[in-house]
Amino acid sequence: MGSRTVVVGASVGGIKTVQALRSQGYAGELIVVDAESHLPYDKPPLSKGYLNESLGRDRVNLISEAEINSLVIDLKLGVGAKKIDVAGNEITLEDGGRIGYDNLIVATGARARLSPWEAKDGVHLLRTLDDSERLRKDFHGARSVIVVGGGFIGAEVAAAARHHGLEVTIVDPLEVPMGRVLGDPVGRLFIKLHHLNGVATHFGNGVEAITGSKGDLTVELTDGRLLYGDLVVVGIGAVPNTEWLASSGLLIDNGLVCDEYCRADGQANIFGVGDVARWFHPKRKELVRVEHWTNAVEQAACVAHNIVNPSNIVSYAPIAYVWSDQYDWKIQIAGETARVADFVVVEDPSNENRFAAVYVDHSGNFCGVVTVNWPRAMIQCRRLLENETDISRPLNLLNDLLPGKAK
Amino acid sequence: MPVIKADLDLCQGYANCVMEAPKFFDINDDGVVVVLEEEFPEGSRSRVEAAVRSCPVSALRIEE
Repeated sequence: MGSRTVVVGASVGGIKTVQALRSQGYAGELIVVDAESHLPYDKPPLSKGYLNESLGRDRVNLISEAEINSLVIDLKLGVGAKKIDVAGNEITLEDGGRIGYDNLIVATGARARLSPWEAKDGVHLLRTLDDSERLRKDFHGARSVIVVGGGFIGAEVAAAARHHGLEVTIVDPLEVPMGRVLGDPVGRLFIKLHHLNGVATHFGNGVEAITGSKGDLTVELTDGRLLYGDLVVVGIGAVPNTEWLASSGLLIDNGLVCDEYCRADGQANIFGVGDVARWFHPKRKELVRVEHWTNAVEQAACVAHNIVNPSNIVSYAPIAYVWSDQYDWKIQIAGETARVADFVVVEDPSNENRFAAVYVDHSGNFCGVVTVNWPRAMIQCRRLLENETDISRPLNLLNDLLPGKAK
Repeated sequence: MPVIKADLDLCQGYANCVMEAPKFFDINDDGVVVVLEEEFPEGSRSRVEAAVRSCPVSALRIEE
């Protein structure tokens, strides 16, 4: 076992890796560097509870100062890493400082894709704590917001803006934005949810231009229609932060390319974790990059295991899991729900805001599930995804969970 | 023995703890965590710590 592990990025993946290393008995030196100056913070609340002001700053911390001290983590904030010298086992920081390592964790995450449309001001992105605080502040002086992008971030921003009492319009080039993840038939239910909550949608329509300034912005759609709003939020995806790796010689292709053990391609002591890592998923037999919170946590545990147990390394083959809070819907998704053969929806007749959809792959196996306001159904179905099964098992299970059935 | 403590008000039913350590955690019909065994032996520590770490809302902690 090496005597020093350096983590670049105090992201969810980076911090969870150092916690997992200590939990698994790693006794070496732990150094975490990050360009941001904030104490490490969590990402999911930034578009949910923190944005709608139901959660305070203390609930956004990823790790307490007490835990940083008790785990003996040397946290170097405010200076990012500039490059790696792979042969020399050393990183160089933006300020010219150098840090040698025995193991290196690349956890620099992803950043919001920039808006290709330029306006003077009033156009927001949402990724960092500072982004979330700026948007929150602007919500207070605004009456209306146009959200560009109808995926998770866009839908959550819309919900938070409604919570603030703003008039909200969402735009997306896809007819059914959530169909990207859930298939169009189930995705349509989420369009209805926007409408039920008083949000106007312009789907199947791209953005041509954004002009004006805060308080007086115009969004021109590809069909020529003009929308007017005080603010615009652009949520059109994220890009991995790999620029600092450009001179390293490491393989970069939409993320740091890693093997099934999360080691950078061809390297024994450099690991990728979280949004920045594109690793070979041994069950899916392809390179995948996943931007979900739970993936960062599970990948961190795998990387920690592989550092602590170099003669007994394990491959990383997670079952995807992600959640989203949109209005009064608590949405949970597990497994594969996009590339599927078929699906079945199970509704709870006693609660119109509760349902599940189970998905079948092309071999006829149960492959994924989405639930709305039904956590117990989610966890039971999610556990079934660990082994191959046909769809009858999750369907029976869901039926048993409906009210009036024997428990 | 160390003891698992759950904050039922914080719990949102994400159930990552159940995936990590089903022997110690479950989710009830209301979508809230149930701690199945509060005390755990040292041999289960890293598994319980993984469950605690996997909670998106930090609703779990270990009391020594």
